[in-house]
Amino acid sequence: MTVRIDVTAPDDPRGGSVVANARLVGVDGLTSCRVTRVHHVDGSLSPDELDRLCREVLIDPVVDEAVIDGVTPAQGRVVEVALMPGATDPDARELERAAANLGLPEIRVVTARRYDLIGDLSDTDVATLTRRLLANDTIEISTEGELPAEFAGAAAADVRVDDVPLAELSDDDLLRLSKDRVLSLDLTEMQAIQAHFAAEGRPPSDAELETLAQTWSEHCVHKTFRARITLTHTSSDGEVTVSFHDGLLPALREVTEELDPPWLRSAFVDDAGIVAFDDHHDVAFKVETHNHPSALEPFGGANTGVGGVVRDVIGVSARPIACTDVLCFGPADLPDDELPTGVLHPRRIRDGVVAGIGDYGNKLGLPTVNGSVLYDPGYVGNPLVYCGALGILPHGSHPTEPQVGDRIISLGGRVGRDGIHGATFSSAGMDASTVDHVGSAVQIGDPITEKGLIEVIERARDAKLYNAITDCGAGGFSSSVGEMGEDLGVEVDLSVVPLKYPGLQPWEIWISEAQERIVIAVPPAKLEALQALCDAWDVEVTDLGRFTGDQRLVVRHGDTGVVDMPMAFLHDGIPRQELVGAWADPAPVEVTTPVPTAAQVLQLLAHPNVASKEDIIRRYDHEVRGGTVVRPYVGPEADGPADAAVLKPLGTEGHKAVVLSNGICPSVGRHDPRAMALLAMDEAVRNLVAVGGDPDQVAVLDNFCWGDPTKPDRLGSLVRAVQGCTDGARAYRMPFISGKDSLFNEFDGEAIPGTLLISALGLVPDLRRAVDSAGMQIGDDLWLVGANEGALGGSLASDLFDLGATRVPTPLDDPLPRYRAIHAVICDGKVTAAHDCSEGGLAVAVSEMAIAARLGVSVVVPLDGLDPFTALVNEAPGRLVLSVAPEHRDAVGAFLGDHGRRIGEVTAGDDIVFHLLDPARGEDSNLEPIRIPLADAVSASTHGPSGPTRGATA
Amino acid sequence: MSVPILIPHASGTNRDLEAAQAIELAGGTPTIAHINELRSGSVRIADHAAILLPGGFSYGDALGAGGRLALELRTWFADELAAAAEASRPMLGICNGFQVLVKAGLLPGPMGEPRSVTLTENAEGRFECRWVTLQVEPSCRSGWLGAVGGTTIRCPIAHGEGRVAVSDDTTAARLEDGLVAFRYLADGARPTSDDPVVAGGAYPANPNGSVNDIAGICDDTGTIVGLMPHPEDHVLDWQRPSGPEGGSGLPLFEALVAAAR
Repeated sequence: MTVRIDVTAPDDPRGGSVVANARLVGVDGLTSCRVTRVHHVDGSLSPDELDRLCREVLIDPVVDEAVIDGVTPAQGRVVEVALMPGATDPDARELERAAANLGLPEIRVVTARRYDLIGDLSDTDVATLTRRLLANDTIEISTEGELPAEFAGAAAADVRVDDVPLAELSDDDLLRLSKDRVLSLDLTEMQAIQAHFAAEGRPPSDAELETLAQTWSEHCVHKTFRARITLTHTSSDGEVTVSFHDGLLPALREVTEELDPPWLRSAFVDDAGIVAFDDHHDVAFKVETHNHPSALEPFGGANTGVGGVVRDVIGVSARPIACTDVLCFGPADLPDDELPTGVLHPRRIRDGVVAGIGDYGNKLGLPTVNGSVLYDPGYVGNPLVYCGALGILPHGSHPTEPQVGDRIISLGGRVGRDGIHGATFSSAGMDASTVDHVGSAVQIGDPITEKGLIEVIERARDAKLYNAITDCGAGGFSSSVGEMGEDLGVEVDLSVVPLKYPGLQPWEIWISEAQERIVIAVPPAKLEALQALCDAWDVEVTDLGRFTGDQRLVVRHGDTGVVDMPMAFLHDGIPRQELVGAWADPAPVEVTTPVPTAAQVLQLLAHPNVASKEDIIRRYDHEVRGGTVVRPYVGPEADGPADAAVLKPLGTEGHKAVVLSNGICPSVGRHDPRAMALLAMDEAVRNLVAVGGDPDQVAVLDNFCWGDPTKPDRLGSLVRAVQGCTDGARAYRMPFISGKDSLFNEFDGEAIPGTLLISALGLVPDLRRAVDSAGMQIGDDLWLVGANEGALGGSLASDLFDLGATRVPTPLDDPLPRYRAIHAVICDGKVTAAHDCSEGGLAVAVSEMAIAARLGVSVVVPLDGLDPFTALVNEAPGRLVLSVAPEHRDAVGAFLGDHGRRIGEVTAGDDIVFHLLDPARGEDSNLEPIRIPLADAVSASTHGPSGPTRGATA
Repeated sequence: MSVPILIPHASGTNRDLEAAQAIELAGGTPTIAHINELRSGSVRIADHAAILLPGGFSYGDALGAGGRLALELRTWFADELAAAAEASRPMLGICNGFQVLVKAGLLPGPMGEPRSVTLTENAEGRFECRWVTLQVEPSCRSGWLGAVGGTTIRCPIAHGEGRVAVSDDTTAARLEDGLVAFRYLADGARPTSDDPVVAGGAYPANPNGSVNDIAGICDDTGTIVGLMPHPEDHVLDWQRPSGPEGGSGLPLFEALVAAAR
């Protein structure tokens, strides 16, 4: 018997947030909204037992009202929303467990949400609210009125392994098969598979074909980054150069091997890169993307994005200690009529992504400390969600060699039909029909199960219970077990895999990307200890099979054969691609600049890419683990943006700290992808040095998000960006230690701007010397390091004021001396505050320092041969503003030498003042200065372009 | 002499390590023990001089923050907790630990009576992380907290369900009669002030809309204390960001260890 229990908190603030958001989607008639939690409880509870369950667990007597075994009387139009059957539903699971706690008979539970929408609403209004705010039909079902309970997984189906005949198929048939099954394999790959099984004299099984598709997916094998590429580069004066590239990934690795610093522990070979922290500990860092899932289901996509990258760090035996996130969305104020069909509004994507990141990171107890948020029309159809994780491990504690006879052990979550085809789905473009085809690829995470993995793996590592470890992510077991067993061969029995519900076929179990799983290789003698450990921490253990030594991948389901292939074909059978790329530098444009004004500076400060992201940042816990030294927002009002995060890992000795920063400038890439890479690397280093990081021990990660690489223009810009990365790694002596490419970021054939994220990991030698952008004192000198440059291509000013500039700033040839000089001054304790010049140039950098410190500033903007506007807003690399007490003037001058000059001072006033020089008359000729009241700058930064009345975010 | 202090860990607990660090700095000897270890008896509540329930998201805060762990305390450990309270062993719940103590009916107590105090969704309707200033309420009846009565603490909050709500005015009045242990102060309130300026319900000084700016409460005996903010995240000088003044959270843990000694 199924009983319905409705629980409502009448003052639940989520109702108010629905009303606020309703206005943003054009429904003004909604006056209030009541949110009800609905529970369908199936079981044989007596009325007394049901009452006890409600009283002890479900209903808070102080704030809740409830209807037991009935339905809340409607107060308006009613919409009910439930997760699709089988999706992760922690409330349902915990209610089932609570009943067991209380000694009640076993129950099964599904939950739903109910909205009573009160106001003057048309049918269209209700439909709009349902579609735009209340439900996401990728993962949820919704209806106006009462939604009946639906329990997942009816009956266990017969185990079936089907053959997929390939022998007779034409090329067209092969391609159709690839598309229909969401294999994302191209013709040469399908032909290679056809030939392999022709030689075996049998057709592949469904699971074998799926295994190959997963292992050979762009997501897993990076075929574009391994391809041979011919690039045709046309310079702006028409000169054509053709070059040949024998793999982009090898080029990135080569420069790391060439630099090979002594502190580098592991690069590119594992789930995350590893560098030394101190004499005892190493740190591991990885950044991933979760773009396509986040486009379809923002909360779940970002949620599982965090979960996935955290598992990458667990996968190198590290304890995760921090998260980062960099997000690219379409404009939050995009008019509804400009939204393509099949796309969620950027505002909804942003709100869901932010909630998803916060939910997972906060619940894991990881501080989310560094990131950025970019808005650009190029991301409307395809947002970008970069999730990063940092971990710590004792030096030399990460085992990487499974042994013949070791058991293949899966730890963590159960397997369901959710998360099928994630790897192959992310290796294709999207369009309006994407949801219908791959809704199953999108999942919701379960951070508490992952938290159990963190605890268990740390202890299992310290007790030396395993010989190898890997994350179970894209491709599920087929990738994790297949990769781990590449050298030895494995034999696996799928019939022992715990399922969320019955009815999965072997191929589905084998490739499901169900979340929160780690696979380890465990010697049989240590199984008992592992089991005891996992029992103590409530983590489920499954013994899938063993490492055989016969170099074959053998998968059974009980007695039924599922897969039997040589590892050599699985891992080396993929044909290497031959691709062509083309890139043409844009023609230079003569730019006419305006006279600089205070209003322009305020516009720059209010631009969504510059304005305060505090609304977002405060939803992430950036304090947990007690190690945060420099936070995302700093200063007396905690609203000045910090350049980078400084973290002291809990449990480490001394005062050494980790610094995390990032660089990203896709606007530059539109004009010059090579320069984008170099400038993004400079930004990452600048930010890192600004808080006290050592420029001589920086490791970086690359994350390429690009369009369809089979189109020459996309591939051409990608190759140019990789060239920038390798040139930059040499110039900055910064090795790449890990990376990721996410290609096919297109919607309806329209590519995103090629976007490279550089994430940097460095060290602060003494956290007591760390500085932020807010620490300056009245009377301090302000110094500028670096020179202005006239090229405005890719700058915020060019975009905001429609200047149309195409020439981008020149990357630095020899950047290290200036950064070493700055680092020396900071280490000497002479710097009270530091901030880098990036979007909006000196204008924004100085204003942000004033906002952060809530102090006045007065600076003379050096011309460096430019007009005053360009001098104020250009985004030349290598520039930072430092504040220094006047008594240290000579000492700092000696440290900085030609790299720095004094440009002004911190004042007791309430204004930000930029003194402007007249280029016609030289250094002593003042134009009318720009004077901005500090309060106006704070307001612009806080409220963005439309001022304080901008709509609520939820 | 070692002062053994128990820090229970349930699935989803996550501020246990910082809590242990704070206890160590305060001179105590922390033991982090999983609920399963307490159930099996391999670690015993009775062997510890005090209990610190740490922050986190026990069981993912499904069905309301702290509710599931509260149920486990009631169904599995009621007698042992009663014995600890009887022996005046101090108990401190921080954030999720506070939520657990309230949902279990231990705060303000006594357990078993109908609950009239709860912790629910922040008034802003979302999770929030920011530094706040709080004062240890001078009039609080908790004996062990008396050692730090009147001091201010600057430390972060990080929660989505931290609003103290009461069912009626009688309950609010009962809390004001010596059960309020911590109150949110207005930003910039001076630690030396004899007459601290309370937040007055204003966001963000009162970050969650708690009634009467209440950040934490104690039970009738004063043995059990809970609060939403995280004093364990400010026990070292470098942890404090620039901004309003306010003391370290360490004296609170020193008072706990002293009372347990």
